[in-house]
Amino acid sequence: MTSTEIETKDTAIPTRRVTVTVNGEKRAADVEPRLLLAHLLRQGLGLTGTHVGCDTTNCGACTVLYDGAPVKSCTMLAVQADGHEVTTVEGLGTPSELDPVQEGFVAEHGLQCGFCTPGMMLAARALLDRNPDPTEDDIRWGLSGNLCRCTGYQNIVKAVLWAADKERTGDPDS
Amino acid sequence: MTQTAEPHAASPAPTSQALDEVKIGGLGSSRTRVEDARFIRGRGNYVEDVTLPGMLHMEILRSPLAHARIRSIDTSAAWAIPGVKLVLTGEMAAQRNLAWMPTLSYDTQAVLATDKVRFQGQEVACVVADDPYIAKDACDAIVVDYEPLPPVVSPEQAVAPGAPLIRDDKAGQADNIAYQWEVGDKDGTDAAFARADVVSKLRLHYPRSHPSPIENCGAVADFNSATGKLTVYLTSQAPHIVRAAVALIAELPEHLIRIISPDVGGGFGNKVPVYPGYVCAILCSILTAKPVKWIEDNTGNLSSTGFGRDMYLDSEMALTSDGQILAVRYHATTDQGAFYADAQPTKFKIGLVHSSFACYDVPVGHITAQGMYTNKAPGGVAYRCSFRVTEAMFFQERMMQAAADDLGLDQAEFRRRNLVDDDQFPYRTPFGFLTDSGQYHKCLQIGLDAIGYDDFLVEQAEARKKGRLLGIGISTMTEPLGAGNSREYDILGIKMFDSAELRVHPTGKAVLKIGAQTQGQGHETTFAQIVTHELGIPALDIVVEHGDTDHTPFGMGTYASRSTPVAGAATAMVARKIRAKARKLAAHLLEVSEEDVEWELGRFYVRGAESRGVTIQECAMAAYSNMPDGMEPGLENNAYYDPPNLTWPFACYIATVEVDPETGVWDVLRFVAVDDCGVRINPMIVEGQIMGGLTEAYAMSNMQFQTYDVDGNLVGANYMDYLLPTAWETPGFELHEVVTPSPHHPIGAKGVGECAAVGGPAAYVNAVLNALRPTGVRNIDMPLLPDRVWHAAHTGDDVSGAPPFRTE
Repeated sequence: MTSTEIETKDTAIPTRRVTVTVNGEKRAADVEPRLLLAHLLRQGLGLTGTHVGCDTTNCGACTVLYDGAPVKSCTMLAVQADGHEVTTVEGLGTPSELDPVQEGFVAEHGLQCGFCTPGMMLAARALLDRNPDPTEDDIRWGLSGNLCRCTGYQNIVKAVLWAADKERTGDPDS
Repeated sequence: MTQTAEPHAASPAPTSQALDEVKIGGLGSSRTRVEDARFIRGRGNYVEDVTLPGMLHMEILRSPLAHARIRSIDTSAAWAIPGVKLVLTGEMAAQRNLAWMPTLSYDTQAVLATDKVRFQGQEVACVVADDPYIAKDACDAIVVDYEPLPPVVSPEQAVAPGAPLIRDDKAGQADNIAYQWEVGDKDGTDAAFARADVVSKLRLHYPRSHPSPIENCGAVADFNSATGKLTVYLTSQAPHIVRAAVALIAELPEHLIRIISPDVGGGFGNKVPVYPGYVCAILCSILTAKPVKWIEDNTGNLSSTGFGRDMYLDSEMALTSDGQILAVRYHATTDQGAFYADAQPTKFKIGLVHSSFACYDVPVGHITAQGMYTNKAPGGVAYRCSFRVTEAMFFQERMMQAAADDLGLDQAEFRRRNLVDDDQFPYRTPFGFLTDSGQYHKCLQIGLDAIGYDDFLVEQAEARKKGRLLGIGISTMTEPLGAGNSREYDILGIKMFDSAELRVHPTGKAVLKIGAQTQGQGHETTFAQIVTHELGIPALDIVVEHGDTDHTPFGMGTYASRSTPVAGAATAMVARKIRAKARKLAAHLLEVSEEDVEWELGRFYVRGAESRGVTIQECAMAAYSNMPDGMEPGLENNAYYDPPNLTWPFACYIATVEVDPETGVWDVLRFVAVDDCGVRINPMIVEGQIMGGLTEAYAMSNMQFQTYDVDGNLVGANYMDYLLPTAWETPGFELHEVVTPSPHHPIGAKGVGECAAVGGPAAYVNAVLNALRPTGVRNIDMPLLPDRVWHAAHTGDDVSGAPPFRTE
């Protein structure tokens, strides 16, 4: 693991040093106590795959994994993540191999404009991590913290089923 | 999934050496999307992701009041905050003649309020700072002294005696009426009503709804004071219109304006207009000589940008006792908010609402319409809709069900007796449209068979005996998609054509640049398929570019389901121009005359000697390396397409529901959709569009609406109050298809993106009302909230009119 220093703007407001392990890499930053985790990720660390939609914890576009559990990073302060692990969409899969959830979203046309997709995929990843063999209802309930305005969800559900099948059987079309 | 498609005429018959079109990603291929590769990795590039060196951040201060005079604005405390670079008020904007701007309906709209605020959420001032947090702090530090004025929150109040005048800024505006309009044959309609056996009446309200894409609006404006060039990254569905509008509004030379609409996180009509925030960001960049980023928050988006609907219907239908429609007439009233800002073609003041009843054989009709100013957010955008078509079709299908019930006729049979027959096309509607094609009866029958209509009626009757309320609702409709033609359709005088430019490189790879602008529709995938269909170049070898006005031909953008009907047609036409030149190159390479060259997908060959041929790729190389004497080099061209007519897809949506009489909650049991959108370029994407639309239809029927309280406070200004369905609430959909190619579109395609959002709501509402039919209830206004349904079921009373706003 490497450590990256982040420069922050010089303001009159006192800052606090936080160290967060983001996608397996230890990152340190001096942040205002009021800085939202979503903004640390996006502006501080340049990880723009985490999107901000609603500011009210409803839409889930900003969903990231916090020590493996899905959280809405627009409703969490960056200082709360100090010493914890965060996974964003950039940490899903590897450069050479996609996560089955990512593959499933492509195969089943589970995305259109792509804005909700990172949060939706991370919520799906967390769901499959705790329930590798979900029913359609399990998936609909498990993703009910994330809004999509384009797809109508049916293909998102199919995408998650596809990923579950692949992870369990190696054959998503089984 | 039932496939009832017929082979379409546009596909060439396979021959010995022709390529397999579906395999190379042509028409009919459900190839996965090109766009997905970046989106699934978090590598999209939305406006909020754009960062420029030295960039500053802008935030907007909005009015807390619906109607108030501004006595004074004190910005001194805001200026004093470290990191603040600019505090802009309407007075300062006025010095640049930018306090007001034109709307897309020839009205004016305040950019920053100078005299009064006219709706809650209106832009009053903005701050530019080093950081968005500082800019927000500084907005809070601005002190505005308001003198409250009585607010007008309904059309009824707007025309009541003594109503406060909202638009006292407009010379000659003495009332709160924004427009009046009528269409049809009044005398003929009156005569038809005079001989009717039955007159069916219905009044209802289509509530205000907000398109609410998950990505809010935003801009990064970058004025380069050295070159005079203005570059704006913008959440826009129509970047070329914005460029023209900015040139006119800001009086900047158009050749020095570049609008880049990068990845757009959903639009649904919300991102068609030019908003005050965009203008402010541009002005702030000019004033600070720095790039300025403005990203709207969700409350800003929901409370100030273009809403949809908010229309009242007062209707009558003249009928014979055996179920023939003799005439229809209705009056529509729209609540426009503080500024008349509909995005719509110039000559139609209430959009294309007169497209209602296009699928039925209605001899005559008359529509009158009136729009009112109120102290509410401006807009009236086409929310997943071709200019108020959603209201048109909802009214139509609610009127159809009420009429069937009034006649005591089965709702399917009543439609059957009045749907236009296959041999009646092209068919002139009572309000002047010419529908192009369709197989309406077939679609209806497929839907009825799929849902098991007769069996359901038996099940429903049995259930009723046990006190269970089951219902079935049908919605059938055709709608006009793909404006123009240019004779009738323009926005601010610019005709509604569209464009495509195709560059085939020496190695046979191609770049297509289009005037449309994707917001999730998948144009980068499907428009390549059109080129593949025309030229046989594999779709993987074609890149589609859009959204950058410096690098794409002028187009009117993507809304009203017009991309495939218009820009898609332009794509086919430019590919045909390329093929025509390639044919000359082929003749040269094959050393025969052009007349002796035949085409099959991907190659030219010598007539009578099929094995002697050249591929399109060989022709492309020849265009740069071995062209005949006198031929202009290169294999590039463009096309501007002015459609001869709109395309007219048809849809039949059928819902079955169960209403819980104890709670008023209703659940969708099944939903069947039969869509005929002509030739399907990519069936997977078409189905994705339909399911997305059906979900928005469900949302509108069930939960999604905005209303205001008596003080003009918006109820529904964030996603805690403005309910959108999640995966948990959203029902599953069963999709079916019929294919009637459009006779005038080059590849036989029709628009589809909005059909389900347009036709869907009536299916859900009709189903719930069908379940309540024994109670005598004829109408419940959307959304069918449990309390409304419960009230109707228990009292037998309709729940009609404006949604009740809080009076306490």
